[in-house]
Amino acid sequence: MEQLLTIKGLKIAGRVEDQWKPIVKGIDLTLNRGEVIGLIGESGAGKSTIGLSTMGYTRRGCKITGGSILFKGEEMIGAPKAKLRQIRGNRIAYVAQSAAESFNPAHNLLKQFAEGPIRHGIMSYTEAKEKAVELYERLQLPEPETIGNRYPHQVSGGQLQRAMVAMAMSCKPDMIIYDEPTTALDVTTQIEVLAAIKEATRLLNTAAIYITHDLAVVAQIADRIMVLRYGELVEEGPTRDLLKNPREVYTRELLSVRSLREASEAQGRENEIILKVDNVTAGYVKGTDILKDINLNVRRGRTVAVVGESGSGKSTLARVITGLLPPSEGSIQFGDVTLAPAMKNRSKESLRRLQMIYQMADTALNPRQKVKKILGRPLEFYFGMNGNEKNDRISELLDMIELNDNYKDRYPSELSGGEKQRVCIARALAAKPELIICDEVTSALDQLVAEEILKLLENLQKQLNISYLFITHDLDIVKKISDKIVVMLQGKIVEQGEKHNVLTPPHHDYTALLLSSVPKMDPDWLDKLLESRGQTFHIDAA
Amino acid sequence: MPLKLLRKSPWSARLGMIIILINLVAAIFAPALSPYGETETAGDVWMPAGKDHLMGTDQLGRDLFTRLLYGARNTISIALVITFLSFGMGVSLGFLAATLKGWIDQLLSRCIDIIMAFPTLIFALMVLSIVGTSITALIFVIAILDSTRVFRIARAVAMDVEIMEYVEAARLRGEGIWWIMRHEILPNTMPPLVAEFGLRFCFVFLFISALSFLGLGLQPPTADWGSMVRENAAAITFGITTPLYPAAAIAMLTIGVNMIVDWFLQRTSRIRA
Repeated sequence: MEQLLTIKGLKIAGRVEDQWKPIVKGIDLTLNRGEVIGLIGESGAGKSTIGLSTMGYTRRGCKITGGSILFKGEEMIGAPKAKLRQIRGNRIAYVAQSAAESFNPAHNLLKQFAEGPIRHGIMSYTEAKEKAVELYERLQLPEPETIGNRYPHQVSGGQLQRAMVAMAMSCKPDMIIYDEPTTALDVTTQIEVLAAIKEATRLLNTAAIYITHDLAVVAQIADRIMVLRYGELVEEGPTRDLLKNPREVYTRELLSVRSLREASEAQGRENEIILKVDNVTAGYVKGTDILKDINLNVRRGRTVAVVGESGSGKSTLARVITGLLPPSEGSIQFGDVTLAPAMKNRSKESLRRLQMIYQMADTALNPRQKVKKILGRPLEFYFGMNGNEKNDRISELLDMIELNDNYKDRYPSELSGGEKQRVCIARALAAKPELIICDEVTSALDQLVAEEILKLLENLQKQLNISYLFITHDLDIVKKISDKIVVMLQGKIVEQGEKHNVLTPPHHDYTALLLSSVPKMDPDWLDKLLESRGQTFHIDAA
Repeated sequence: MPLKLLRKSPWSARLGMIIILINLVAAIFAPALSPYGETETAGDVWMPAGKDHLMGTDQLGRDLFTRLLYGARNTISIALVITFLSFGMGVSLGFLAATLKGWIDQLLSRCIDIIMAFPTLIFALMVLSIVGTSITALIFVIAILDSTRVFRIARAVAMDVEIMEYVEAARLRGEGIWWIMRHEILPNTMPPLVAEFGLRFCFVFLFISALSFLGLGLQPPTADWGSMVRENAAAITFGITTPLYPAAAIAMLTIGVNMIVDWFLQRTSRIRA
């Protein structure tokens, strides 16, 4: 088989403060024509950096310090710019994680599709247009003839990601680099995109490097998997072998995350209801309701999971409960008080009892405040603590989230993603709340880190008897952590009940769709699923 | 901590600090350092630099070096007061508009628009000729006019920060508007505001001198750099370098201030990243 890409001893360093620190520490990689290789690892493993380097490109603040990258026998490191320009987008294409950020919002899809082929002098605009329609059709985009005239904001997230795959294929490249292309998507849309990528590679016999942190996803696509950690290779092998017999501990850990054991059912008599959402209807603009007739209860010391894809109104529900968005109808009871609809009319005490943790710990922590101020402020504000008393309590809180006193003087930028989320949890705990709303708290984290955060939340619940309202689109988390499940679709609750009732058949149609869409550690899962849904792609050699 | 910071500072920031230090010394000790009186006629008109006159004399025969020292005193202090005042007003109103939104934002923004609709110079001329040309009036008029620009910027950058979840978290905690503005929004809007401060400070210089030229700024014989350039501008056509000295002083101070601003921006962007 022809070797398309040969990387030998690749070393890349990144600038931290004023020093160069190695990010990639000597990676070897070979990719044959038509082969798909999966790079897997948590953030900081150097996956994306390796992916980009194959085009002879490094992000700002990075530089290649050693090794060689041969693409079709030609050295990419230090190649003249004109030659790199010829290869990029033409022979090697790149699909980024967030299509929404990568498309230019000021141009329509077709124009952006055509840019590459025209630039490289392969096609005229009319030819590019024909090609686009053909590819859009193959990737099962709706109305392939006219969808190219739409602007990025006029198509859904999954469609946009597929349009980007089409764009990458426009010049019939030898190799495509997929950098976490489905990470930002819901499970249900993830399937569309995965199927499209699989089809794309089969169709053109394109080689691909598929970068992700999700082993179950890469198992569907890749022929071979490389597990990376801290810029070094942990393990490499054909997909099926690697899944069946992982040699290294780290790989086994990654594998075991997906097979979470379910938490034991809550035993004994039920606690009192702490939050009661009664017939709530709400929306941002008068007349268009995002939430319709929502009823749900949360009991003390229990976890209720709210599940649904983006746009189902989960986060809006959180905004209504916290009072950021007053409902147009219905009421919210907290303990024995009825909460005022708008946050500004609520008492300090009821604000204290209800805390919130956000998805993006990055934006939920003020980058200019040290940890001790972030945690100290609620203590001052709610309990009037000062001096030593406050300092001791901060230490106690840090201890609860399994961090030590050294963290007090750090800024959020000096913390890892998991540590940031822990600080967010501590900030919520500082208020001694009775209910914490967790809005997708783990979806921005690596799987192993997310797992630890979930464990921490579980332990805290046992110790402090807090209730959680857990908003998520990840059904694995739901299985692990919840006592009760609420399934939402388009602003309505379609099903709710005890966990075992919701998760065991018969399901509501939508619940079934969600459940079946969660990727499994089985390389044949995607094919089987598509077949069973009757939407398998027609494979014909092009 | 400050000493350690100083040791780690780049050469450009140090140069900026030296320039500002020199200016401050000149401003504070002007009477002691200057060989002549501020308004004393010490020689002929436009004498070249020499032993008696370090930088020559100006269009009325006053010692230029002396006037430069006194000019530092008048100009820097007034420009500083004006800039701080305009930032105080502009930033607090801008933040208020961005955090409260709604009709308050509308009201403030439209009022500012109305003020901005007048050409600044004409507006200043109008107000100053009505209330008279005292230094207090000068300071307030320029500060208010300048604060409109600051308001715009402060409002825009605060809007970006205001949507962040840490601000929402503070609101959910029940924090008051003042606390949110000071502790959550202000630290995160510092970089653009400080950069703007450096620029505004220099513009104020020029604005004062423009007003002086029209007879509405600092009144002669008070020395200020801007009017010194203007008054001696004609000399340049005769190949006399006199106006270059005050011009160089303005340029040096501008560069010095901006070097420090740059250093600050670099440092803060590192924390954020």
